[in-house]
Amino acid sequence: MSTDKGNPDTRSERVRTVDASEVEQSEVFGSAIKRREDPSLITGEAQYTDDIQRKDMVHMSVVRSQYGHARVESIDTSAAEEANGVLAVYTAEDLEAAGVPGELPVGWLLEDLVQPAYPILAREKVRYQGQPVAVIVAEERYAASDAQDLVEVEYERLDAVTDPVGATESDATVHEAAENNVAFNFQLGEGADEAFESAAHVTEIDLTNQRLIPNAMEPRACLADYHVGDDELEVQMTSQNPHLHRLLMSGVLDVPEHKLTIVAPDVGGGFGSKIHHYPDEALTTFAAKQLERPVKWTATRTETYLTDAHGRGHETHAELAVDEDGTITGLRVDTHADLGAYLSTFAPSVPTYLYATMLPGQYDIPAIDLSVTGVFTNTAPVDAYRGAGRPEASYVIERLVHKAARELGEDPAAFRRRNFIPEDAFPYEMPTTMVYDSGDYGKALDAALEAVGYEEFRERQQRAREEGRYLGVGLSCYIEACGIAPSELAGQLGAQAGLWESGLVRMHPSGSVTAYAGTSGHGQGHETTFAQIISDELGIPYDDIDVIEGDTEEIPMGMGTYGSRSAAVGGSALSTSAKKVVEKAKRIAAHQLEASEEDIEFADGEFSVRGAPERSMGIKDVALEAYLAHDIPEEMEPGLEATSFYDPENFTFPFGTHVAVVEVEPDTGEIAFERYVAVDDVGNQINPKIVEGQIHGGIAQGIGQALYERAQYDDNGTLTTGSMQDYAVPKAEHIPEMEKEDTVTPCPHNPLGVKGVGEAGTIAAPQAVVNAVVDALEPFDVDHVDMPLTNEAVWRAVNGTEGGS
Amino acid sequence: MAEHDITLTVNGTEHELTVESRTLLVTALRDQLGYTGANVGCESSLCGACTVRVDGDTVKSCTMLAVQADGAAVGTVEGLRQDGEFHPVQEGFQEEHGLQCGYCTPGMMMSATELLERNPDPDREEIREALEGNLCRCTGYQNIVRAVETAAERMDAEAGTQPADD
Repeated sequence: MSTDKGNPDTRSERVRTVDASEVEQSEVFGSAIKRREDPSLITGEAQYTDDIQRKDMVHMSVVRSQYGHARVESIDTSAAEEANGVLAVYTAEDLEAAGVPGELPVGWLLEDLVQPAYPILAREKVRYQGQPVAVIVAEERYAASDAQDLVEVEYERLDAVTDPVGATESDATVHEAAENNVAFNFQLGEGADEAFESAAHVTEIDLTNQRLIPNAMEPRACLADYHVGDDELEVQMTSQNPHLHRLLMSGVLDVPEHKLTIVAPDVGGGFGSKIHHYPDEALTTFAAKQLERPVKWTATRTETYLTDAHGRGHETHAELAVDEDGTITGLRVDTHADLGAYLSTFAPSVPTYLYATMLPGQYDIPAIDLSVTGVFTNTAPVDAYRGAGRPEASYVIERLVHKAARELGEDPAAFRRRNFIPEDAFPYEMPTTMVYDSGDYGKALDAALEAVGYEEFRERQQRAREEGRYLGVGLSCYIEACGIAPSELAGQLGAQAGLWESGLVRMHPSGSVTAYAGTSGHGQGHETTFAQIISDELGIPYDDIDVIEGDTEEIPMGMGTYGSRSAAVGGSALSTSAKKVVEKAKRIAAHQLEASEEDIEFADGEFSVRGAPERSMGIKDVALEAYLAHDIPEEMEPGLEATSFYDPENFTFPFGTHVAVVEVEPDTGEIAFERYVAVDDVGNQINPKIVEGQIHGGIAQGIGQALYERAQYDDNGTLTTGSMQDYAVPKAEHIPEMEKEDTVTPCPHNPLGVKGVGEAGTIAAPQAVVNAVVDALEPFDVDHVDMPLTNEAVWRAVNGTEGGS
Repeated sequence: MAEHDITLTVNGTEHELTVESRTLLVTALRDQLGYTGANVGCESSLCGACTVRVDGDTVKSCTMLAVQADGAAVGTVEGLRQDGEFHPVQEGFQEEHGLQCGYCTPGMMMSATELLERNPDPDREEIREALEGNLCRCTGYQNIVRAVETAAERMDAEAGTQPADD
């Protein structure tokens, strides 16, 4: 694949960063301020978990099942225990003897969900390759690894199931309690039989949404320390949500929450994989308490491949009913979702409320009939990976509409436009019960078509075909859903957690601010964007504000960073707190200025009396008065800070259109990008450069899925893509130049008007690419190729050996 | 396990240390000497997060033994900032938002620095090719490419020569 040699910067404007000092106070929100996170990250000063050293620190390694499915006959740890430098070896028996519950909880329940126990060390059986069987703690990192070979585990191998459709018909059973290996059946919609019976045309498609490995560049790691003096456990770990990890681990290890501190130091990416509670971090913490020594565990890349929750893993049959006017009248989808061997933390929510609910995409579809079967297999647990359900949904509907338009002989853009939810229909209640907050889908589509020169392209495509060159254009009109909310609704749907966010804004006596956010960034630049939000609300310089995240000891409470929720939910919490600070400061200012509160105006950090601007007081001076408390309103408490628990009214629904333009070489199956254009509407933007970065990175992961990535197991449950050698994480040469444009439709229900951007690119990109390739191959009657579109897969589709349907 | 006394000159500072035969250079740098800028991402030379300079060459320090570097001058990300000034490559990464989580960044910058010493005015394709040994999962690479371009322009300007044609 080659990348575009042209210069897209001339086509879509490149966002330039600025120093905060160059920005007018009123422009701080919305400016591409350089990230304050960067200096420590570019100098090596940053502290990721494995960078942290403690006096007397020892190292843990994990003995894992090499089999996908086996009965554990016996475990002999004696040789390992005697090895040089080994301090302890623990198995499930040791956990039991210590009175540790040792089972991982499920954070999202569904009706009739089968919930098998997920022990942090295997008991009678191992059910996926990589499942922890024992842990070794040794004085040195290498010694802990060496001793793994000395733990003798006798297994009786069992038949494995590895594909979610086959598993439902197999004699092999992952869990006794799950008949036919089914964990749940999920249905949505009132049925669509009538729509399909009366349809003028029905389009059908079978799709595999292949299993992916998240591949955060920093492997999971944990450093746990037990403080004997106060009986407290302090855990540094690669977490996207330390408070949630504290709550879960407190149950897993039976440690009271107030005796457990979880800190997420610098975290090197997550993409969902660091949301979940895995066995390893709990085991590290257990070992630290047993040995009363700091214990560190760091995953190898192979361990992350075997055990980080994987993503996607769907087999789907989908049908679209269309009437004589080309109007979509019904959608029927039947999906088998691979859950892996155990229910990971939020696994049940992903193929249900984050997938099925989103299947209609941008289209007004009156009748739906959606069915998802969650299936256990002898593979790594599957859970949220960037996009989590929404990429799978968008892939289904966008492949369907592309195919339907082609079958009807209609232009795919025109077919989409006719079926869009109209812009005057918002808020729009979908048949899946989600309520889209705001949108203007036609506008984003038009902008994308114009950017790519769609009409001209079609002519060029025609001419190229005549010359034996195969160009294709693929559209993807996607919806993201960010910030699952409100908590009450999430609870009704099965969430075992609230989905609000907390934020504390504390103004110090001298007028600078420290803010404490319950989100937990790991590359998103929250310290920058949250300071921009607070600077805007308080009217004080950006540089006077510090933002703290990722520490349960410092931050009152938090739900963490995932689901593109941090700006919309966490940012709104901080904004609300800052407004409360202004409210209190206003009362103090009114008191000091001897005016009524109603007469006090606030602008640019200054309180003044209406009609008498010379009577004014800066918010920083008010802060000092608030702490001196010599002269504040009666019955007012001193101090100037506020905490908010912001629980949104609804999700937010960013949207947009991505367009891929490719050239396919039918003789070799090679795909070359000519253009990749993204038009995204993420609501108001706090920092456009950070938005751009999120979009770019998301697209790269989506292109990775479309063209390169696939996690594969053999029939025995052995991961055959167990290293970066066998699983293609895209390199710089694999990703084309991306052109990015925006439309802005603010979120109507949060104080910032922001929607969220973390997953947009990953949701949008796969089907833009696949649709483009299929469009290019239309002369060969290829109407589908399953991802990843390797050269071989494309060649086979063209040459009819498989792939085309 | 046999042990060896070796000398590593890291960013100009000489260190004497004792390592096992099998101790990896990255382990010696991180665990023994405290240079934690180089990160370990794959232990197999594929991700490039551990890239450092050894006598000027870029090396994946997760697959080089510490004893092999005995007597060598090792350059790590900690040595890029000099006399209180960021290196142009560091400036480029900041200005162009060439990093997000930062985990790949030290290795990425070491490779970029080596590229610019060898080719002061690379085009985009050359930059992408030069960075093929460094994986990034956050940025989609585009702003990394811009960062290297920006660094090249700045180094060129600092060198007092004519700016690049483009």
